[in-house]
Amino acid sequence: MNDSITKSKVTPARILEIRRDFPVLERTIQDKPLAYLDNAASTQMPRQVIETVSAYHSFHHSNVHRGVHQLSQEATDLYEGAREKLRCFVGASSLKEIIFTSGTTDAINLIAHSWGGMNVAKDDVILISNMEHHANIVPWYMLAKRTGAQIQVIPILDDGSLDMNRFSELIQQPNVKAVCVNHVSNALGSVNPVEEVCRMSREKGIRTVIDGAQAIGHFPVDVRSIGADFYAFSGHKMHGPTGIGVLYGRQELLEEMGPYKGGGDMILSVSFDNISWNELPYKFEAGTPPISQAVGLGAAVDYLNGLDRQLLSSYEDELLAYTTRRLMEIPGMQLVGTAAKKVSLNSFVIKGVHPHDIGTILDGEGVAVRTGQHCAEPVMDRFCIPATTRASMAFYNTFEEIDQLTDALLKVTELFDVTD
Amino acid sequence: MLLTNRSKNLYQEVILDHNKSPRNYRAIEFPTHFAKGHNPLCGDKLDVYLIVDGEDVVQDVSFVGDGCAISKASASIMTTIVKGKSVDEAKELFTGFHEMATGKIEPSEDPKLRRLQVFAGVKDLPARVKCATLAWHTLDAALRNKQEISTE
Ligand SMILES: Cc1ncc(COP(=O)(O)O)c(C=O)c1O
Repeated sequence: MNDSITKSKVTPARILEIRRDFPVLERTIQDKPLAYLDNAASTQMPRQVIETVSAYHSFHHSNVHRGVHQLSQEATDLYEGAREKLRCFVGASSLKEIIFTSGTTDAINLIAHSWGGMNVAKDDVILISNMEHHANIVPWYMLAKRTGAQIQVIPILDDGSLDMNRFSELIQQPNVKAVCVNHVSNALGSVNPVEEVCRMSREKGIRTVIDGAQAIGHFPVDVRSIGADFYAFSGHKMHGPTGIGVLYGRQELLEEMGPYKGGGDMILSVSFDNISWNELPYKFEAGTPPISQAVGLGAAVDYLNGLDRQLLSSYEDELLAYTTRRLMEIPGMQLVGTAAKKVSLNSFVIKGVHPHDIGTILDGEGVAVRTGQHCAEPVMDRFCIPATTRASMAFYNTFEEIDQLTDALLKVTELFDVTD
Repeated sequence: MLLTNRSKNLYQEVILDHNKSPRNYRAIEFPTHFAKGHNPLCGDKLDVYLIVDGEDVVQDVSFVGDGCAISKASASIMTTIVKGKSVDEAKELFTGFHEMATGKIEPSEDPKLRRLQVFAGVKDLPARVKCATLAWHTLDAALRNKQEISTE
């Protein structure tokens, strides 16, 4: 047998082995085995992360950057060690470029406030794609309200991909200051050509804010080869804890920016007449940071690095192709988001059945999916639908779980008497 | 077809029927009372129209809107029950329905709730209680002359 072929495939046995790292995947729901297909909302944590967090609390916890005592030093080392792991994980040049935030939302608010506040003025233009999560819309809307800047939308095509022709026209305008695009859409699954977006923007001197929340868990990300000015993501979407996320920013931009929140740790000295800001990255980390969450996120990085991510990424591609094929067997099925490049996620509507009813019935069959607008109302408006059902996979999902989803959906269409 | 009991309890024939062919599904041109209901959690929207006469009796009631099977069936069944009732009776039904949907009382405790029993199953599904009660909240708002309500 050809060695390169055996090596380039993930076997079902390997997936089962990986699944054993995730205790929650062994649960049953309504006496049915759980099929967890809501990974775009939040991914599950492996034992290795849970145990690292638990060990941190059991043996090393104290506050960071403060005490001279041993525990404080240990906590600081673990916290800063996690920063180094994340720097390496996304290919940033310097630790100064890795800012711990409470998540993607917090990171984008930081950019809009600190960078936007200094660099965006009345009549400037901020370009936002039509497929953004509210987290990459609302902070910019608030900035626009404050400054009198203008928000313009980069449209999406019928298959759910970004309209790059229109994008290249939009950036010809004077006064475009920022382009805000997600790497992967949480509502459609589309993988956007962010390298191209960043390159074209850079040529015009426009800053790029890439929301990587949905990319980071699916494939390796390298912020420098993407060429992003800012890149944000959340720990809980890459098998780490909630309450932690990362803002990557190019050092030269972060250096110029004023702080976001004020408090301890982000200052060098304080008197009532004068305050000087701490150096990067601490300038942006006011107050006691989410220490155990950062440590847990570092453990998630270790865990992911221990897997063959390229292979698992191709496994997810196969899983997506299989899901798409099985879904097309369902009467009344309409897929929303059929771009050529997608992560393993399918959003869909079934003629005559509201997504909430689908979600409730699927839950009864042990299948966890998300239903609703996915914090992306402009996407729903674009496709003239009130909501969708979304099955979002991770590398630990199996073909059998997709069968479980399909069977459950067939029960829905039978109950609601849906015909094609 | 084998569905779990919980789904079977909720998606009974009556509910599926009212979802498919909702009764009193129309706007009333000159209502005496009207309100718009909104459940921001799922985007469901529902308009309720009423004509209440001088004796405080609901002469006509109707609804228009989009939503899940539970909210649509609930609105449809509500219109068929409330028509011909006095305003006070309608409000009492709302209270009873709400208590049943949130599991505070058993439907058997109140004979007036007999036809609403099909919704008792939502008490086990906290995320769906608002779907069942949206129409009733909107009716209540209309009767109180509040024009817009949101279940959040
Ligand atoms: C594309 C995208 N951006 C931003 C977010 C917000 O992430 P968080 O809630 O972790 O801040 C999400 C989460 O759903 C997302 O999918």
